[in-house]
Amino acid sequence: MKMDLIQPFVNSLDAVISETMGYTAQIADVTMDEGHYRRSGIAALVSVTGEIQGSVVLDMDNQAAQEAATGIAGAPDAPSEDAMREAVCELTNMVIGNAVTQLNDRGFKFKVHPPEVYMMEEGQAGTKDTETIVMRFETPKGKIHLSIAIRYKSRRANDRPVGALAT
Amino acid sequence: MEFKPLTCDGKPRIRFLVVDDSIFARKNLCRLVQAFGGEVVGEASDGVAAISQYDTTRPDIVLMDITMPKMEGIEAVEHIVRDHPEACIVMVSSVGYQDNILSALQKGARHFIQKPVKPEALYEIIQYVLNDAAAQPQATGDVRS
Repeated sequence: MKMDLIQPFVNSLDAVISETMGYTAQIADVTMDEGHYRRSGIAALVSVTGEIQGSVVLDMDNQAAQEAATGIAGAPDAPSEDAMREAVCELTNMVIGNAVTQLNDRGFKFKVHPPEVYMMEEGQAGTKDTETIVMRFETPKGKIHLSIAIRYKSRRANDRPVGALAT
Repeated sequence: MEFKPLTCDGKPRIRFLVVDDSIFARKNLCRLVQAFGGEVVGEASDGVAAISQYDTTRPDIVLMDITMPKMEGIEAVEHIVRDHPEACIVMVSSVGYQDNILSALQKGARHFIQKPVKPEALYEIIQYVLNDAAAQPQATGDVRS
């Protein structure tokens, strides 16, 4: 998996956090996941299907999730677990939706599905044909992890749009 | 930021139907509608419920998400506009690639705004759509008065 495919997700996360929460998200770490990653707080998963297939998980630690629920929706100082889940799901929807928009306009055709709460403790492990990359972002109000597990479904490498890169 | 209340044809309040599968997103949109001086007359969490809510409430404006369970927003637009050509539907979605926007407009949506929504941008789009609809009553078969 190369950065041309990852970069829209990084850009999108920074833009959405900045727009909705009013501060920046700095990328702090990038790792190829080999099954070591553990969910840090409240997470949501979005599936993508089409020429690119897989899923993306956005995981916010409790501080970041609380900030999302209070800062964006105006929830009370101590928002409920449900309010935090809703906030994380909607932020995930926006981050993935904006990234997918950029990738679609570059020629990749695929579809996004509604976000769902991700309850598993472990992250998404890579497989033979699906690589998983985990990025950690630092914000002034907590940590955010973005885990991307995707593969190309049908196109051969030389059929991909100009600028698209292979896994 | 304060907004002058939205107006159209001298109506005291513009009536909205808000459609999004996320409670969080609906709450935010409802809050904005109220900040614009509008009234939320219905909410729906999928396209099927949106069609039913439209028939019941006959809103002036529908704010419609795209990616939803049961029936997606673009399909719901097609159904609503087929039965109510005067419907003023603004798509509000995080997925804003060209094919999606074109498809929504071809099915009868009046405008599109990408999430995260900037309040001032949404306000301007809604006022534009209201003005545009009021200026073309013959073309749209306007029955909202």
